Amino acid sequence: MLMENKAENKAVFDAESAKEVVKELRDSFVTGKTKSHRWRVTQLKAMLKMLDENEPQIVAALRDDLSKPEFESSLYEIQILKNSCRLALKEMNHWMMPEKAKTSLTTFPSSAEIVSEPLGVVLVISAWNYPFLLSLDPVVGAISAGNAIVLKPSEMAPASSSLIAKLVADYLDSSCIKVVEGAVPETSALLEQKWDKILYTGNGRVARIVMAAAAKHLTPVVLELGGKSPVIVDSNINLKVATRRIIAGKWGCNNGQACISPDYIITTKDYATKLVDSFKCELERFYGKDPLESKDLSRIVNSNHFDRLSKLMDEEKVSSKIVHGGQRNEKNLQIAPTIFLDVPVNSLIMKEEIFGPLLPIITVDKVEQSFDLIHSSGGKPLAAYLFTNNKKLKRKFVETVSAGGLVVNDTAVHLAIHSLPFGGVGESGMGSYHGKFSFDAFSHKKAVLYRGFAGDAFLRYPPYTPGKLTLLQALLSGSIVGIIRALLGWFWA
Amino acid sequence: MEKSIAELRETFKTGGTKSISWRKSQLKALLQLINQNEDSIFKALDQDLGKSPVESYRDEVGVLKKSVTYTLSCLEKWVAPKKAEVPLLFFPAKAEVMPQPLGVVLIFSSWNFPFTLALDPLIGAISAGNTVLLKPSDLAPACMSFLVETIPKYLDNKAVKVLAGGADIGERLLQLKWDKIFFTGSPRVGRLVMAAAAKHLTPVTLELGGKSPAIVDTLSTTPSKAKVTAKRIVGGKWGPCTGQACIAIDYVLVEEKLASTLIELLKKTIKRFYGENIKSLKNISRIVNKHQFQRLVNLLKDPDVADSIVYGGSVDEEKLVIEPTILLDPPLDSEIMSEEIFGPLLPIITLKNVEESIDFINSKSNPLVIYAFTEDETFKKRILSETSSGTVTFNDSMVQVVDKRT
Repeated sequence: MLMENKAENKAVFDAESAKEVVKELRDSFVTGKTKSHRWRVTQLKAMLKMLDENEPQIVAALRDDLSKPEFESSLYEIQILKNSCRLALKEMNHWMMPEKAKTSLTTFPSSAEIVSEPLGVVLVISAWNYPFLLSLDPVVGAISAGNAIVLKPSEMAPASSSLIAKLVADYLDSSCIKVVEGAVPETSALLEQKWDKILYTGNGRVARIVMAAAAKHLTPVVLELGGKSPVIVDSNINLKVATRRIIAGKWGCNNGQACISPDYIITTKDYATKLVDSFKCELERFYGKDPLESKDLSRIVNSNHFDRLSKLMDEEKVSSKIVHGGQRNEKNLQIAPTIFLDVPVNSLIMKEEIFGPLLPIITVDKVEQSFDLIHSSGGKPLAAYLFTNNKKLKRKFVETVSAGGLVVNDTAVHLAIHSLPFGGVGESGMGSYHGKFSFDAFSHKKAVLYRGFAGDAFLRYPPYTPGKLTLLQALLSGSIVGIIRALLGWFWA
Repeated sequence: MEKSIAELRETFKTGGTKSISWRKSQLKALLQLINQNEDSIFKALDQDLGKSPVESYRDEVGVLKKSVTYTLSCLEKWVAPKKAEVPLLFFPAKAEVMPQPLGVVLIFSSWNFPFTLALDPLIGAISAGNTVLLKPSDLAPACMSFLVETIPKYLDNKAVKVLAGGADIGERLLQLKWDKIFFTGSPRVGRLVMAAAAKHLTPVTLELGGKSPAIVDTLSTTPSKAKVTAKRIVGGKWGPCTGQACIAIDYVLVEEKLASTLIELLKKTIKRFYGENIKSLKNISRIVNKHQFQRLVNLLKDPDVADSIVYGGSVDEEKLVIEPTILLDPPLDSEIMSEEIFGPLLPIITLKNVEESIDFINSKSNPLVIYAFTEDETFKKRILSETSSGTVTFNDSMVQVVDKRT
């Protein structure tokens, strides 16, 4: 009996099924249900309850999928999500209010405002590395903006995907919020449908497919991608603090498998040895003499990625540059924190986004040369980091480096600041979210102009005469004298 | 072509376009270009579209002058980083959001407002510090030539380029990698632009169109308000490029019992503004080319549609003129009621009750603008919350584009 049910549940989710799901959600949306402030509040409160009541199960699923330490799961997935819900609950009333817009003398008398309305039925496709955060944080945004939602969690974190499906069905309004599990076929079926917005978190290759599918329906997209996030390390800094912060952002974030993990370091030749020694010291303090025994490091998600990372490590001219770490356990999918010094700039490890526990250090003669190196490395990254006390360097960094987000003297933490938009540029993505930016990402900002019947400027209308042209020029230029003349003309119209 | 783009990229890399003084100098130069060449601009618009100087000033030259002036006055504010709040946990950290130019931008403009739709986005791109390639529409050839010849005389050639050509040039441009593409035109081509942009993960801004309706609920108020309503509808339909505008009123929704009042008012106003018949037509643009002319004429070929004509209907193929034409209740499944008209034909659809407008509009895809002539505050609120459009304008037409802050 159980086997039969399982087989039924595995019925194919094809384009027809996707179409039905979208239709059902669109019918729900059209009733206006999701637009009401009350609905949005109940959904967000239900999500908070869901997170409160299921923390152990969420932690267990993340351990299954990624061997994620409980500390990371609680802090970086659950806590951040709860904060998002709470912020939306607190601010939503304010976000939903129309924003007054200034009008000009030319359209006097009139008033204008910008009204936020939900886009409609939206699709959220999330990634495997922070399966709860990257699925539900966009959903919080979509709910707060009043949309109906389909969420497609990543199949590469299967325990998380199935827990998300169960919890969303149990706690949230299934007539308006649905989870579709699956892999490429299911995602393709979903992408064939017309959505009012798609938010995708993942890699550039699939992002191109998502955007091309969206183009067929003129669907706007937010693409949260990645890139090689560099860390420039200057001398004359508090080296211990800097090292700890880099470690926290690299290996403390899913063992380097995070879009904003420091990817590689650039420092001066003179400082490199000090930096490496500092890393060795702090890494041992954090993870012990044998990091493969530490319970505080996530594992590599699967054997594909393990092989990919091994290839990066084993490339000739790279493997000889290891100055720390290098231990592996293929059976347990573990790679220890590994540091490389001065790998060739054209090696694989320096060409693609690492997304793992390998940290190359590139050295330059002068720290200012870092900027050229970053610019020549191809696409704009999602994040860039600088450790320095030098004001001039900070200014140059902020003005010349183009990345989604920049942090000076820390790593990764900017994603917790909800007043900052979180998103990429160029190859690292388009659009942004977090905080009010999530609400905005899933809203249409409708321009509204209110006019009355008084003050109908006769010179807008034909017959067009040279006299009218002169007055019109004055009116459009906003010059007071010209406008008085135009208004006088109005009385004589 | 590849050389031009390589040069634009090199120029951007040098960082020259990032300086506020460069941006201001380019904007001032653009203002000079417009001020010193008004007559040539009027001439080109008359040649391509039969626009009168007043229409050209109101919709193109005047709009652009205002846009440049406004941008110059706000530029420093826009470029400055904006402080962002940091939670106590991170004290004493500071945060800010900093605008940065995207890089090399491609702008496609359309033929109906060949100056505004080319130069207004250009103003934006320059003010944000980008280098730009502008590809004007070849369907307005005199305007395109003017831009190709004149822009290099005023703006920094290494940073702003104009390329002449048709769809084939457009296609080739779309194969290359840009940091942003700004497109004004039809949804059909918009899809092609976005699909091409997807290959390079290039963000796009697509300014398209739709069937922008005008809901009319002010005919039974005072006669003067009714008159103003009619003037604004006529001005909003045939005023901009004889209806060939993305924000032109496409069709009107009115209560059955008021339809004849509305039609009479419209007829009077049309005659006063544009003349008694097609022979004496003035103050109005013409159709841009034979292809568009034929498309519009075909909309009237359906016998049921032709039967619904209550005013106008005459065409002059040689001069590419179609007189202002009003239709009363053409079949809802006819092409004129399913495609964006983009021309001087105005269907009036009658309803038992004006509130039905909302369902009617929702049964079609989202328009760029909804115009609603009404003084009923409840109805206004319903329109705002129950329909979806790019913009909503109450009690007027067209003027919403003049306000720079919406």
